[in-house]
Amino acid sequence: MSKAGIRFRITDIFLLFMTILPLAAGIILKILFVPASDGIKITGAHIFFKIALPLGGLPITEAQVNSWLVMAEVLFFCLFMTHGIRAKVYTKRQVLAEWAVEKVEGLVTENMGEYFRGFAPFIASILVLSALSSLMSLAGLFPPTSDLNIVAGWAILVFFLITFYKMKCGPLNYIKSFGEPVPFLAPLNIISEVATPISMAFRHYGNILSGTVISVLLASALGGLTSLLLGWLPGQLGEFPFLRVGLPAVLSIYFDVFSGCLQAFIFAMLTMLYIGGAFDYEKYLERRKQKQARSS
Amino acid sequence: MLELAIGIILGGCALGAGCAMIAGIGPGIGEGNAVAKACEAIGRQPESRGAVTTTMLMGCAVAETTGLYALVIAILLIFVAPGRFVDILMEAVK
Repeated sequence: MSKAGIRFRITDIFLLFMTILPLAAGIILKILFVPASDGIKITGAHIFFKIALPLGGLPITEAQVNSWLVMAEVLFFCLFMTHGIRAKVYTKRQVLAEWAVEKVEGLVTENMGEYFRGFAPFIASILVLSALSSLMSLAGLFPPTSDLNIVAGWAILVFFLITFYKMKCGPLNYIKSFGEPVPFLAPLNIISEVATPISMAFRHYGNILSGTVISVLLASALGGLTSLLLGWLPGQLGEFPFLRVGLPAVLSIYFDVFSGCLQAFIFAMLTMLYIGGAFDYEKYLERRKQKQARSS
Repeated sequence: MLELAIGIILGGCALGAGCAMIAGIGPGIGEGNAVAKACEAIGRQPESRGAVTTTMLMGCAVAETTGLYALVIAILLIFVAPGRFVDILMEAVK
């Protein structure tokens, strides 16, 4: 093997290692700093520490740290996938990466139109971040998407994008659109405008959180059932929760894997539909023509 | 007397959570309708199965939102509200 080939292999292994490292770091952080609760409890994100600021402390919570870990994971995974790509395809890895990029670009152009082709990376990152954040619970970590703050952040970003693209078709048109169909309905229109990010955030967060709550309730119920049915077994055997082994995993496939991926897809889909719907390409072209006519 | 007050708070929160979940009826009926129509559509045109399923899942998730609002309220009422209300009561008693 040539020298370049060896270097390529080493970089490969390093990047793959860095992909797995954040997950391990999350588990170690959880073991070290999050206090074990006695019994099964439903708690919010654990606060690691607070940064002192003039207006109250800024808490650094488990959800935030976990979402940073997911970001690092995605970053290194992308580097691993695109490492050493060439104009002429010769590895399976590059085929896979190109397939993913093409899929997302196809999805974006299909739902938002050709004008928004540049949105593909944004949509892809929302999709991957959201899905991986929800899947974090498979490793026993706190899924960042079950914290409202994280999801609300994404939803507010989407809200700003929607408003930006509505403004792009003329700020006056945007303000006028609140007075439709009759001006006295303006308050209702404003409420429905604000309700968009709220409903997006609550939908995603509510789905993941409800899955967590139901899983925890089921686990505690199975523990009670075992002690009721098999409590007569002698010694340690009587205390061991046999029914809790394996059974919750079936539920976890629905709530963690299916629901998490579906919610990620829906969040990305709604982002595309809202942003695409906010922008009227013909109006935009008309306005640009008028502007050019005025300036020349 | 204090025990009674705390009992009323806890009971009220639990009842409120239960009442909030009545909203689960709406999404249930709505999603049921959506799935029924999707089944009909697939039965009529089996080749459009993929597109219909994707659209149906999308619609189901959007229809679920009102139910999830109720769920969030119920979770807040069970896990967050009692503590806060008891704190407020204790402040008032002092």
